[in-house]
Amino acid sequence: MKTRFAALVAAGVLALSACSSSNPLGSASPAASGSSSAAGSTTLVVGSQQYYSNEIIAELYAQALEHGGYTITRQYQIGQREVYLPELQGGKIDVFPEYSGNLLQYLDKNATAKTGDEVMAALPAALGSGLRPLTASPATDQDSYNVTKANADKYGLASIADLSKVGDSLKVCANSELAKRPYGPPGLKNDYGLNLEVIPVEDSGGPLTVKALKDGKCDTADIYSADPSIAANELVTLTDPKALILPQNVVPVVSAKVDEKAAAVIDKVSAALTTDELVGLNALSVNKQQSSSEIAKTWLTGKGLLG
Amino acid sequence: MTWVLNNLELIGSRTLSHLLLAIPAIVASFVLALPLGWVANRYRWSRATLLTAAGLLYAIPSLPLFVVLPSVLGFGVRDRINVIVALTLYGLALMVRSAADALASVGMPVVLSSTALGYSAAGRFFAVELPLAGPVLLAGLRVVSVSTISLVTVSSLLGVDNLGLLFVDGFQRGIIAEVLTGIMATVALALIVDGLLVLAGRALMPWTKARR
Amino acid sequence: MNYFSQAIAWIADPANASGPNGVWARSWEHLWYTILAVVLASVIAIPLGYLVGHTGRGRGLVVASSGAARALPTLGVVTLVGLVLGVGLIAPMVALVLLAVPSVLAGAYAGIEAIDPRTVDAARAMGMSEWQILTRVEMPLGLPLLIGGLRSATLQVVATATLAAYVGAGGLGRFLFLGLKTQDYPQMLAAALLVVVLALILEGVFEISERVTARRLHTH
Repeated sequence: MKTRFAALVAAGVLALSACSSSNPLGSASPAASGSSSAAGSTTLVVGSQQYYSNEIIAELYAQALEHGGYTITRQYQIGQREVYLPELQGGKIDVFPEYSGNLLQYLDKNATAKTGDEVMAALPAALGSGLRPLTASPATDQDSYNVTKANADKYGLASIADLSKVGDSLKVCANSELAKRPYGPPGLKNDYGLNLEVIPVEDSGGPLTVKALKDGKCDTADIYSADPSIAANELVTLTDPKALILPQNVVPVVSAKVDEKAAAVIDKVSAALTTDELVGLNALSVNKQQSSSEIAKTWLTGKGLLG
Repeated sequence: MTWVLNNLELIGSRTLSHLLLAIPAIVASFVLALPLGWVANRYRWSRATLLTAAGLLYAIPSLPLFVVLPSVLGFGVRDRINVIVALTLYGLALMVRSAADALASVGMPVVLSSTALGYSAAGRFFAVELPLAGPVLLAGLRVVSVSTISLVTVSSLLGVDNLGLLFVDGFQRGIIAEVLTGIMATVALALIVDGLLVLAGRALMPWTKARR
Repeated sequence: MNYFSQAIAWIADPANASGPNGVWARSWEHLWYTILAVVLASVIAIPLGYLVGHTGRGRGLVVASSGAARALPTLGVVTLVGLVLGVGLIAPMVALVLLAVPSVLAGAYAGIEAIDPRTVDAARAMGMSEWQILTRVEMPLGLPLLIGGLRSATLQVVATATLAAYVGAGGLGRFLFLGLKTQDYPQMLAAALLVVVLALILEGVFEISERVTARRLHTH
């Protein structure tokens, strides 16, 4: 009964989504992702995290690939790594913008790599067969601990270690998962001897997190380093002398369906993207409220990547 | 307002996707609730059990249900089927009680006299009890439809495409217009479907119009 | 159901029980949010419901607006109010009160509407003032349906209060989101089970109070 109902619904969804080509964001139904040509497909699925900046990067890949003659299915706004990585590994997604250090730490809890090069060297083995990282972009977007300018001046805060001057038990505003991340409270305790409690604000270091920091609801906030709000709000990013937070270069992770020609297209995008450029793209999204496709189109055109 | 005008296509596709999750769930919970409501009404012992189970089902927070169902059903976390099944369960929780009440609202004298007229049990159900229970069933269906359309948005936290993604994205980017659009579009969708149900009710049950 | 036994084990683990982030503290917090939201909703909805029920005016407006309020997606309201007012309890509380109001309102006015008009007329003929009719006749007779409305409002709020943790407040949603975001499904399921247990306890309280009021109405 249940399966027949499910099948009926699936058929209905398929039929309807077939009529509406204007719905590129529909998530995969089981039957839709059945095609499994091993190598070099001209139809690729590009995915993104549930994070606007990641969606912009995914859209850069998508439009560049479309320009290169590929047919792209977009699957954006997929939750966290825990949700999308199994889909990548399962062959449902072919191209995904990732962040090198966090990806490595996620795949290998005992990873010892510290520098950007070490991380990239360790990634292919950690990803295993079926997936591979392409060349990393110079752009980075990593977790960073930020304080208000007022507090930085008051307590003399420059590095994460200085947080001990603020008090014994501190609050950090961040997405709830930070509580379990190696660079979250466990690592801060281990490497810096700090006791931090996570105040969960589920906007990925967005405006509410910034507001909470400025309202004094927390002592520090985890904000991605390419977030334009850091500069806009004169926040001070604390340095990380113990290299607790691994370098997070933007790195495309691709499936076997991505051939060398497609990889070359993506590589060009990666090479052109710097951290400053990424901050600029994010600012267009947050301040100018542009959509990811607009932002990507303008940037790619400006870089001469759309021919 | 500019945000809305600049993103009409996005809003449209999210709305369509929203409906494709909500409508199957609303229909399924209505269809499944009828036999359950009939059982609850027919057998005294089952009424308390069924209605209590339905009430408890409703107390399960939606987010974990969306996440746990995939492992039970064997689909991926983001698969639409999970969301539809979860929404159907919530719809059932509300609708079983309505269906039982609706069938109970058909008076015993009516049931007995239609039996005396020679209706079989099945014939009586479809020709007499169901139409007479119609108005109360419709009232229940309207509540289910509104709450289902509203509840769909929670599944956006898992990355399932629907109007709720406008909250998640607008939240991260600090675009209040986007969040507001998500809310208003959800409410508007619920009210439109509700209006259609009322119209359908009048068309199918013309005798109720006279009473109002 | 392997998750289930793991979830039970998670709840039973003494390491998760105590402390400010423990099961007990978060459950109390969750219960407190629920009660606060229902009380605030009652303060708004009961007088309004009585007014509509007693005068019979504005019923169409109330029905229509509570229909629209039921359609309000709680996640959206939490997000919107959060963006405007910042982290903390206010944003989720606004959303939870909005969620509870329609059920309480419907219980309040339906309770009065359901009273036989002859009873009210008789009270009026006896010389009772409108206020006396409301407080001595309509309110007691309407109590069962009002309690029914409070019951469904409470059930909805207790299940939805998990969203408070989305914008920095506490409650059982803390475990739920942490479990969701880190794929720690036993923890997430544990949070859901605790919510259901809270709901069961609250249901029990309402069941008892419904029986007590029913008995009172009959013995009078």
